[in-house]
Amino acid sequence: MSNSIRATAALAAVLASAPILSSATSPAMAWEPTKPVEIVVAAGAGGASDQMARMMQAAIQKNNLMKAPVVVSLKGGASGAEALIYMKSSDGDANKVLIAYSLIYMLPLSAKIPFNWRDLTPVSVVAMDQFVLWDNAGGAKTVKEFIAAAKAASSPFKMGGTGSKREDHVLTVFMEKQTGAKFSYLPYKSGGEAATQLVGNHTEANVNNPSENLEVWRAGQVRALCVFDKERISYKTKVTETQSWNDIPTCKEEGLDVQYLMLRAMFLPGKVTPEQQAFYVDLFEKVTKTAEYKDYMEKQALKPIFLKGPEMLKFLEEDDALNKSLMTEAGFVAK
Amino acid sequence: MEAFGLLMHGFAVLMTWKIISLMVVGLVLGIFVGVLPGLGGPNGVAILLPLTFTMDPTSAIVMLSCIYWGALFGGAITSILFNIPGEAWSVATTFDGYPMAQQGKAAEALTAAFTSSFIGSLVAVMLITFLAPMISSFALKFGPPEFFAVYLLTFCSFVGLGREAKHKTVISMALGLLIAGIGMDTVSGNLRMTFGSDNLLRGINFLVAVIGLFGISEILLTMEERLALRGHAAKISLRTVLKVWMDLPKYWVTLLRSSVIGCWLGITPGGAIAASFMGYNLAKRFSKDPESFGKGRIEGVFAPETAAHASGTAALLPMLALGIPGSGTAAILLGGLMVWGLNPGPLLFVEHKDFVWGLIASMYLGNVVGLVIVLTTVPVFASILRVPFAAVAPMIVVSCAIGAYAIQNAMFDIWLMLGFGVVGYIFKKIGIPLAPFTLALVLGSRAEDAFRLAMIGSGGSVGVFWSNGLVGTITTLAITLLFWPLIDRAFTAVARMWRPTPVTT
Repeated sequence: MSNSIRATAALAAVLASAPILSSATSPAMAWEPTKPVEIVVAAGAGGASDQMARMMQAAIQKNNLMKAPVVVSLKGGASGAEALIYMKSSDGDANKVLIAYSLIYMLPLSAKIPFNWRDLTPVSVVAMDQFVLWDNAGGAKTVKEFIAAAKAASSPFKMGGTGSKREDHVLTVFMEKQTGAKFSYLPYKSGGEAATQLVGNHTEANVNNPSENLEVWRAGQVRALCVFDKERISYKTKVTETQSWNDIPTCKEEGLDVQYLMLRAMFLPGKVTPEQQAFYVDLFEKVTKTAEYKDYMEKQALKPIFLKGPEMLKFLEEDDALNKSLMTEAGFVAK
Repeated sequence: MEAFGLLMHGFAVLMTWKIISLMVVGLVLGIFVGVLPGLGGPNGVAILLPLTFTMDPTSAIVMLSCIYWGALFGGAITSILFNIPGEAWSVATTFDGYPMAQQGKAAEALTAAFTSSFIGSLVAVMLITFLAPMISSFALKFGPPEFFAVYLLTFCSFVGLGREAKHKTVISMALGLLIAGIGMDTVSGNLRMTFGSDNLLRGINFLVAVIGLFGISEILLTMEERLALRGHAAKISLRTVLKVWMDLPKYWVTLLRSSVIGCWLGITPGGAIAASFMGYNLAKRFSKDPESFGKGRIEGVFAPETAAHASGTAALLPMLALGIPGSGTAAILLGGLMVWGLNPGPLLFVEHKDFVWGLIASMYLGNVVGLVIVLTTVPVFASILRVPFAAVAPMIVVSCAIGAYAIQNAMFDIWLMLGFGVVGYIFKKIGIPLAPFTLALVLGSRAEDAFRLAMIGSGGSVGVFWSNGLVGTITTLAITLLFWPLIDRAFTAVARMWRPTPVTT
């Protein structure tokens, strides 16, 4: 319930529609939004999607990439399903753009939400997000010790995460399958809550995105055990006093062969014109070239990527198939 | 003196023209809302909440809390001048306020009401100032069992300490819990009670429910009762104000007693309504001349107003520090905090110092500014009541509809709000209290999640609610409060001593 209190987009749009100076250099476009553009976030305030949407809002407005103002509209109700249904029911409205992540594959499977990403208009994939295995600063120091502790625990060994039958939960199940250890998965409402609960020692570990645990990591309250990717994160600037993102080993290096990357992609509602689609493809391509975007990628340890057109469709189909097989194997597909 | 430094920091945050003007706007809107019957503090805040979504959180909470202070002040105006309590918590103010107005002492009564409101909130704000930093160090001790224990405490104290019939409170709360279950269940990731409807997917928004339950139902009741408005003219001169203030020290015991009652009932969810009655009744009991109460005694205005304001203010402390609202309005402010991306709870004091201390500083400032505004604008607000009800009612209904629609831009929510209006009307007719319903709607799914997470974490053992000193104490206290009426009766029977007469309405 508490999740479903959401900012009102139209009202916000009206109030936010302060005139914006048009840039003299912007090329003549076939179509351009005249009304405020709404970035629809399928998660709660302060989560990774929300932060990214606000970065884009700032990048677009500071660099005058578009004349119409941008508003961020939080539709995280029903674990993000609210946003999906909202997009689905906005056919032809090119003033709404969804910032999507793996929920577009998973929610229709786990909760039988009547939604298919193929009904929306794909714009571009703008980044890939990492997952890291974190434990409390007072806990195990390596993955091996951690797994051993989980196996030896007499009471339930608690793994915090966001949502049920979603990416965090899937990762937990695959860790169990790999190691034979048992975890009790505690689904919290947001990554922020999962982070706080880990700091307070109410859970033993979590698999948050880097951005969700960044602050508590910098405060020295949690330890990064390994990253669920084929290779280490490339950023070598020190984030904490002693470590950079690059210093975190991959889980495979540590003997835990589980990998998962999550897309961050933009979608328009269905039935928009090719001109409208082209405008947004161009807009977000420009966004990925701004200093704001580059800075954000590094700070939050995301993988920069830009896919559009047939390339993006191919990626989405493969990613969908992969997520479907993971969900099926984890036993999370609703019958 | 850490609190003092932080408070000064808070004042620094507030000292911008933008915030000061928002404060004045909020106070004036609040007084307006408080004066109009049918638009109470919770409704006013609920309807105006969406307006603040685009503001930064500090400006937004300052404006909303000022609406709240304004409503607290405004409620007294109609009680004294027209014998119509604009708010449920000003009912007790009518007992002596209206007789005073009839005797031509309206100005004294109004001054007394405003001044004592001011004193009540001041005491409560000071309490918040010095307790709040201690609460934030609790921050990280709260896991799922602790959260559940606190929710349980809130629910139990509503049942055990509420003035309404116990079974009716339980009925109301159970219905609220049922409605709160609609939508996505976070723990299992499944949908519940949505019956295939996309509109029900996101659950029932409690603001939509609150606007209907309180606003629409009150309009329905007022229409039925054919409310006629007749009022006394009022004008306050500086001399009257000073005369009342000179007499204040004589009533210090009453003021202190009411402040303490108010703070206590504000922090535990007894609320301003209970506090005002308790304040009045105790003042009467301890008076040397109880017979003169109800016939225009100034103490009879001081007592309930101080208590109501102290309680209304103190209710914000548990809301900020624990995420648990002490009153209906605090519950709506809680929803607001979440919209602005602030998670109320112990960490709020650590992570958003500007916000918290700005708010606390705004309580001091808002009350001073509010006192000045009400003292100077009484004649203006009194004239509102000469506008025929037929003209005011449609305006209220329209503002309710806009408020409900604006929360999620959904037409469905307007129908839902009207539906809840009818439910509220029926509840009021059959005497089922609305507050437990609202409370369950706000906290229901959080309490459920906390309980289920605690169960997953403990492997299904209920013993987790007594697993450490903190959670054990809260759980035990909750259960004690639930059975408080029985325990109280048992004690009284054993002791056969003086027993407090029940609070009467």
